[in-house]
Amino acid sequence: MTELTGFRIQTRAWLEANCPESMRQPVKDPFDLYWGGRNATFQSEDQKDWFNKMFEKRWVVPYWEIKYGGGGLTPEENNILTQEMTRLGCRKPLYSFGISMLGPALLKFATEEQKAYYLPQIVEGKIWWCQGYSEPNAGSDLASLQTKAINKGDHFEITGSKVWTSYADKSDWIFCLVRTDFESTKHTGISFVLVDMNSKGISTRPIKLISGKSPFCETFFDGVKVPKENLIGKLNEGWNIAKFLLTHERQMIGGIGETDIRKKVHEVALKNLPINAQGLIDDGAIRSQISDFEMDEEIFNLTIQRITDESKTGNNSGALSSFFKFYGTELNIARHELLMVTGGSEALFWGENENSEGDLARKFCRSKGNSIEGGTTEIQLNIISKLILGLPIK
Amino acid sequence: MALIISEEQKMLRDSAAELLKVKAPVSEMRALRDAGYKNYNNNLWDEMAALGWTALTVPESYNGLNFGFVGLGQILEQTGRNLSKSPLISSILLGASALRLSDNEELKTKFFPGVINGSTLLTLAIQEGKHHQVTSFHTKVILEGENYILNGSKVIVIDGTTASHFVVVAKIDAEIGLFLVDALSKGVTISKNVLMDAGTYADVNFENVSLNTKNKLNLNQDGVFMLDKLMAIAYSGLSAELLGICQQAFDMTIQYLKERSQFGVIIGTYQALQHRAAVLFSEIELCKSIVLKALQAVDEDEPNIMHYSHLAKAKLGKTVKTVTNEAIQMHGGIGVTDDADIGFYLKRARVVQQLFGDYNYHLDQLAKIKGY
Repeated sequence: MTELTGFRIQTRAWLEANCPESMRQPVKDPFDLYWGGRNATFQSEDQKDWFNKMFEKRWVVPYWEIKYGGGGLTPEENNILTQEMTRLGCRKPLYSFGISMLGPALLKFATEEQKAYYLPQIVEGKIWWCQGYSEPNAGSDLASLQTKAINKGDHFEITGSKVWTSYADKSDWIFCLVRTDFESTKHTGISFVLVDMNSKGISTRPIKLISGKSPFCETFFDGVKVPKENLIGKLNEGWNIAKFLLTHERQMIGGIGETDIRKKVHEVALKNLPINAQGLIDDGAIRSQISDFEMDEEIFNLTIQRITDESKTGNNSGALSSFFKFYGTELNIARHELLMVTGGSEALFWGENENSEGDLARKFCRSKGNSIEGGTTEIQLNIISKLILGLPIK
Repeated sequence: MALIISEEQKMLRDSAAELLKVKAPVSEMRALRDAGYKNYNNNLWDEMAALGWTALTVPESYNGLNFGFVGLGQILEQTGRNLSKSPLISSILLGASALRLSDNEELKTKFFPGVINGSTLLTLAIQEGKHHQVTSFHTKVILEGENYILNGSKVIVIDGTTASHFVVVAKIDAEIGLFLVDALSKGVTISKNVLMDAGTYADVNFENVSLNTKNKLNLNQDGVFMLDKLMAIAYSGLSAELLGICQQAFDMTIQYLKERSQFGVIIGTYQALQHRAAVLFSEIELCKSIVLKALQAVDEDEPNIMHYSHLAKAKLGKTVKTVTNEAIQMHGGIGVTDDADIGFYLKRARVVQQLFGDYNYHLDQLAKIKGY
């Protein structure tokens, strides 16, 4: 028995013994999840129990170094843990942009002092982080952002506004991109700073979407004082961090690391559509559309596997995250189109509970944002054509 | 199992790429066409045999290399890129695989040596109508005294005019049998058809052909079971060639977009073309994954081998049409001239996507397997 097999057996046994039954159920709503933060409350005893057990086991962020509060697992061990959690349907103990977005940026760009201060707090779930990137006039053209951080000696004074800041109204801190050099060309005058949402001069306003309520907010900064030690990386070089994080974000949206198990479209269709004497979907046109979709869905998942396997041998291009983001989101949109078709008139019902994403029509509407958020499909295609195919720029 | 190729498989791919680029590039294919639709170059075939390509999928017990179908797929991908013509599909992918799957030891011992040295040229005779069908056909065999008597007609037999032996799929009572038939047998008539890929195919008629009972490939095993496995190999292998066609047609098109100037600018700077190219790139990324997965499934003899091979032929059948159509369009006027090579890719793509079932056929099979 290899060491890894031993690790898998122990991991499986530990998860089976310690993960409460209710924490193995599919998530119906993002508010079912534990997000941590200053005002954190657990939704249930099971949720609390599961977080505490995983925290003691050091598996909240199993793959970070022990000194930063992680579990120090090797990539192979972490893979096994993820596989075993997926197999049992275990929820993550803590959902946090601190783990998925800010943490990787800190590990790459922050000083040792900053890492030692912020990373363990992320693991403990003490701070609910949100992200301040886009602005009303800087969407796809993110580098044209205008939120200003003026140098005031020992601190910056920030004025401007951010949009699409998920959960800004619930967050404790925000990591954001601000303009620190007003003379230079647009990519070079940007910096990456951390801001306490309790600071004087910050306000938020929720954004309602075509699907109803959403976690998105607008965030306004009016002369907000931010200590200089909250700068991550070098002054005016925040664009490198932004690019790094956008790659991460694309992979998340595109489906890498996706753990929820979704129903097959054909299973939904068999329940909703007329069936012929052979037990097949009677409408041949819909049947082939479903078969075509499931073909691409399955092969896309194989492609994630292939490129992950290739990257282990050091054979990978960061620009491939644009391919994942583009293809994964287009597939999700196609999936919702098909679910609307198979659901028929029932799929059109507009549930009154705006928080519930249980109904098809709202989910369908929400999916329209997938090919826009995190860089539009068109931006991803631009990146593929320039960085991978090497097609010239005018 | 990791979805990547091994170092040995990579070496085989690279050496195949190098050899074919020199010995069997598209210009060679053009020359064979212009020489009256010649099938292939004998010297190249001898060289392929000398390199062991004909022995790749033959078991070691018959002096083969038993290197596997992922390996053969690497070569077929390169023949797709170069449109290299040879009996690799007919005699190795199809013929040798039928022999490999056979439980007739005597036949295997007798025929593998010739297959390996390239002197025995096998091909598969299965299709009868205009479309690929696996188990629905008319050709049949009846036992008369000591011998089988074979009657029926097969179409689109690959390299059927140059093959030395046919593997014929036929009904025998209520079952299915695979039979090895010498092309020179009495009662066999072969007529040549040239298809749009400049390849030669044959209609083969079998009229009261007398066969020794020793020529049945499936002695004790179920014919449908054996045929299914053979089809999985055919679908996966042809998909590997289609992948090579996709990649080469795409690379040539990207190159053209970087060279061609109109309105005073390189046309590759236009976003309308860039985005179409990026979409094709993405589809080809998917193709790479499913071709490798299907070939691995064959080598590992996975239980869902049919599922993966249908997925491969469906996806590649669809994508190769899109890629070659777009390749012609993006080449503009030059793309529809015979002088340009890109048209050969469109034409070969059309034939291979049709052989052994097109996108629609495989999509339908996939839905049936999943019970809808």
